[in-house]
Amino acid sequence: MTDDDLIWRVSGGSGDGIDSTSQNFAKALMRSGLNIFTHRHYPSRIRGGHTYVEIRASNDDVRSRGDGYNFLLALGDSFARNPKENAYYGNEELKPLSENLDDLNEGGVIVYDTGLLDEDDVAELDLEERAEENDWHLYPMDLREIAKEHGREVMRNTAGVAATAALLDMDLQHIKEIMTEAMSGDILDANVTILEDTYEDVKENTEMTHDLRAPTGEYESEQALLSGSNAIAYGAIDAGCRFIAGYPMTPWTDVFTIMSQNLPEMGGISEQVEDEIAAAALAVGASHNGAKAMSGSSGGGFALMSEPLGLAEQTETPLVLVEAMRAGPSTGMPTKPEQADLEHVLYTSQGDSQRVVFAPGNIREAYEQTRKAFEIAWDYQIPAILVYDQKLGGENTNVDVEFFNREPAPDLGSTLTEEELLEAAHDDSGKFKRFQHDPEENFEGVPEGVSPRSLPGQQAGRFLASGNEHNPMGHISEDPDNRVAQMDRRKRKKEAIRAELDEDSQQTYFGPEEAEYGILTWGSSQGAVKEAVDRLNENGHSVKALSVSDMMPYPVAEVTEWLESVDEAMVVEMNATAQFRGLTQKELGRFGDKLTSLLKYNGNPFEPAEVVEGFEANVNGGDTSDLQAQVRIEPAAGD
Amino acid sequence: MSAFNAVDDEREIDRDEFTPGLEPQPTWCPGCGDFGVLKALKQALPEVGKTPEEVLTVTGIGCSGKLNSYLDTYGFHTIHGRSLPVARAAKLANPGVEVIAAGGDGDGYGIGGNHTMHTARENHDMTYIVFNNEIFGLTKGQTSPTSPKGHKSKTQPHGNTKTPIRPLSLALTSGATYVARTAAVNPNQAKEIIKEAIEHDGFAHIDFLTQCPTWNKDARQYVPYIDVQESDDYDFDTSSRREAQEMMTKTEEALYEGEVLTGRYYVDDESVSYQQQKQDIGEMPTEPLAERYFDDDYEWERSYDLLDRHK
Ligand SMILES: Cc1ncc(C[n+]2csc(CCOP(=O)(O)OP(=O)(O)O)c2C)c(N)n1
Ligand code: SF4
Ligand SMILES: [Mg+2]
Repeated sequence: MTDDDLIWRVSGGSGDGIDSTSQNFAKALMRSGLNIFTHRHYPSRIRGGHTYVEIRASNDDVRSRGDGYNFLLALGDSFARNPKENAYYGNEELKPLSENLDDLNEGGVIVYDTGLLDEDDVAELDLEERAEENDWHLYPMDLREIAKEHGREVMRNTAGVAATAALLDMDLQHIKEIMTEAMSGDILDANVTILEDTYEDVKENTEMTHDLRAPTGEYESEQALLSGSNAIAYGAIDAGCRFIAGYPMTPWTDVFTIMSQNLPEMGGISEQVEDEIAAAALAVGASHNGAKAMSGSSGGGFALMSEPLGLAEQTETPLVLVEAMRAGPSTGMPTKPEQADLEHVLYTSQGDSQRVVFAPGNIREAYEQTRKAFEIAWDYQIPAILVYDQKLGGENTNVDVEFFNREPAPDLGSTLTEEELLEAAHDDSGKFKRFQHDPEENFEGVPEGVSPRSLPGQQAGRFLASGNEHNPMGHISEDPDNRVAQMDRRKRKKEAIRAELDEDSQQTYFGPEEAEYGILTWGSSQGAVKEAVDRLNENGHSVKALSVSDMMPYPVAEVTEWLESVDEAMVVEMNATAQFRGLTQKELGRFGDKLTSLLKYNGNPFEPAEVVEGFEANVNGGDTSDLQAQVRIEPAAGD
Repeated sequence: MSAFNAVDDEREIDRDEFTPGLEPQPTWCPGCGDFGVLKALKQALPEVGKTPEEVLTVTGIGCSGKLNSYLDTYGFHTIHGRSLPVARAAKLANPGVEVIAAGGDGDGYGIGGNHTMHTARENHDMTYIVFNNEIFGLTKGQTSPTSPKGHKSKTQPHGNTKTPIRPLSLALTSGATYVARTAAVNPNQAKEIIKEAIEHDGFAHIDFLTQCPTWNKDARQYVPYIDVQESDDYDFDTSSRREAQEMMTKTEEALYEGEVLTGRYYVDDESVSYQQQKQDIGEMPTEPLAERYFDDDYEWERSYDLLDRHK
C-alpha cells in the first residue's frame, strides 16, 4: 500500500443506509480517477447490529483491503437493541465507534455523530487518551442536528459524507452528480443543501490537525464499479444463460437477485422455488430442454442440491451452479466469509464425482470463469460449479468498461440440430443413440468422450435420460461391459477438459519468476496474497505466489512445475482444516513436506499484513508468538 | 422455422409407436396395476394427436418410475421425488413440448410432497400421474404415505399409526385445477381422464390406483369401482371447490372402507396456466426460449449494455 491510500470506513447500524451511502461515495471516488476496493462487514440482522463498509481508494491498482484503515465516519447504531444497558451484547449504539478503534492506523481521522452517540458513553472509551497515543484526530460533530436543521434527521449520512469530503479536501462535484442521478425533488434539494452547508461549515469552522487528504488520480479509460456477484451474473448473461432457479440464502442471494432483475427484460426466466432441491432440479430440467440454465446457493442450500447435481452428472446434462461460501458448519456465521466448502463442492453427491469446479480469485476472473464454466458445461455436457465466497461476492472494485465489450457466447455446444439428428445413429425402433460408447468414431469435431445430445421436441432425437446407469439409447442397464464403457467415456471427458484448460491457464501468478519461497492460494484470498508478495519482496524476501482457480480437474502439471521451482511454500486459505492444501497433496501425491499452511477462520478475510507476518513467522521456524491476528500456522506434514 | 418440428406435428399416429424396441415387455410383476397406466397412456396419446417426440415423460424412482422405460417418448427418469421440478422447468424452457410427470405415492406424497404442493399451486400446464398402490413397491413393501392406518409392513410390524395422506384433497387445497382419481382396473375411464388432463390448461393431478399384488396382498384390487359421474348416488358440481372438497373427503374415506370411488372431482375450466400468467406480466418470453438458441439472427443482449448503472 502506498501511504497515500485513503481507506475510509463508514460504520453504523444495520438499516442505517451504510450500503447505499458507501456505494455512492465509492463511485464518487472512482469518478475522481481513483482505483477502488470495498469490503463489507455486516451482521445477520435486518435492523440494528454494527455494520461497516470500508472503501480503499488509491492511485495504485489495489485489489485487496489495506492494512487497517485511516478514516472513520462513525454514525452510531440508530437501531441498537440495548442502547443504554451493557447487556450481553454490549452497548450496541456505541459499537460503530467502539468496535472500529482497534484497526484504525496511526494518524487516522475519526468523525463521530454526537447526535446519536452519548458523550458519557464515548468518555468511557478513553477516546482522548487513545487518540493521543495513536495520533488520531477527533472531530465530534452533531450530524443528526445538522441534518435536522436542513432537511430530515435520517439524512445525517449525507452530512457525514460532506464532513468527510471537507476534511479530505475533496471536491463536491462527483458526490453531487451521483446524488442528482439517484434522487429527485425535495429529497434531492434537502440532501444537496445538507451537503453544501456542512461542507462549508466544516471548511470554515474546523481546525484541521490531520495530514490525510484524498489522493488524486486519473484513468485512461472509462471505469465501472461492480461486485463479484455482478461479475458472475454478467458472465452468465454473456454466456447466453436465460434461465435461473433459486431459493434465497446469503450470500448467494446477490447473484440470484441480479439475474432475476435482468432476465425478464432479456426474454429470460427466473424462478424462485420451494427449496434448493427444486432449484437445482429446475435448472436440470430447463437445460435438458434447451435453455442455458443455472442455479446456486450457499452451504446449506447447496447441500440440498447434492442429488440433482449427481443426476446432472449421470445424465450428462449441462449445468452451471454457483456456491457462495459463508462460515460454516451448519448455519455458521451467515454473513461472514470463509473458504471451507471446497470439499463439500468437490465431492458432494454419491458416486465418483464428474464435475468441473472453478474458484475465481477476483472480479475479472469471476466474470471470465463464469463464461468458461458455461462453455465447458455445454461443450462437455457436465455440471460446472463456481465456488466463491461472501468476500468476493460483496466486494466492489473498478473495472475497465471495455473489459466487458465482448461477443456473447450463447452456443449450445454439443447439441445437435434436427438435420444432424436425422443423419445420426438410431436403434431399430428409431431411438437416438444419445450415449454412445465411442462417439469420437461417429461425430466429427466433438470433444473426446462427448456423445452429442438432442432436445425433447426435436424430430429423430428420442431417448431416455436416466440417473440409472444406461446403455447408448439411455435404457437402464447393469451390464458390466456397458458400465465400464460408459464410465470410461465420462472419464475421458474430464481428461479432455484438463487438456483444454491447460491451453490457456486460468491460474494467476504474482511476484518474480525466480524465487526461493512460494505462497499458494485460491479463490478470494488472492488479493491479500498479491499485495503481501509485493511487500515481502520489498522487505528483502524472495517470494512468488500462485493463485489457483481450477479446483477440478486440478491443474496437476502447472502446480507441480511451480512447486518444484521453490524451496518451500505456504498455503493461504480461509478455513480451519487446510482443505486446499489437502487437495493439492492428494492431486499431486507429493510435496507433503514442502507445504505449510496459514489459516484464518474468525469470520474476517485476510489482510495483507497478516499474510506478511504469517510468512515471516513461518520462515523463522513457525514461531507464532508475534502474530497479532487470529491466524494459525499449520506445519508441513513431514515436519 | 422451428428447430423442434415434432411439436404440433399433424401426422397420423399409431399407438404402437409408443412401444419401445428395446423393452417392449415391461418387467413389472404379473398383475401389477402399473400396466394399466401404460396402456391408458398408449391409447390416450394418439387420440389427443401427440407423437412420441413431442412428449416428454418425466418420472421419479420406484416401480412406477420405470414408466418411460416402457413408453417410447422423450423420457427423463429422474431421482426419487423430483420429477415435478424437472418437469415444470421443461415446460418453461420449451412450452410446445407435452409434459407428463409420473411417479409413485411415496415419490409424490412423501419424499417429493413439497414439490407436489408447489407445482400444483403454481398451476403449471402439465399432467401429473401418481401411481397410488398404497405401498413402497420397488424397495419391497414398506409402508407408504397412503398406506391405511393399521397396515403392517416390515418397517412397521405393529401396524401403521399414521393417518394416510388425502391425495385428492391435497391436490385441491394446493391449487391443482384438474383433480381426478382413476384405477388401473378401469382402462376406459383412465384413458378418458388422461386425455382430459392433457388437454386441460393448467396442473392436472391424477391419483391413479394401481394395485401391487406382490407387496400389498391384503389390499383390494380396487374392484368393484364406482364412477362418481356415472353413479346416481352422487351428484356434485366439479366446478365448485366446496362440493369437490366434500366429495373428495367422502372418496378418500370410502377407500379404506372397501369402496372404490373414481372419476373427476374438480375441473376449473377458467384456469389460466402459470406459463400464461408469467407471459402476461412479462416474465416469460412468448417465443419458446429453447428456439432462440437455434436462431442465428437473434441479437443476444450483453452485459456491456448494462454498465451505465455502475459508472
Ligand atoms: C433419496 C432416496 N431415498 C430412498 C430411495 C429408495 N427408494 C426407491 S423407490 C422408493 C419408494 C418407492 O415407492 P413409491 O414411490 O410409492 O413407488 P412404487 O415403487 O410403489 O411405484 C424408495 C424409498 C431412493 N431411491 N432415493
Ligand atoms: S412390486 Fe408391486 S408395484 Fe412393483 S412391479 Fe411388482 S406389483 Fe408392481
Ligand atoms: Mg407406491
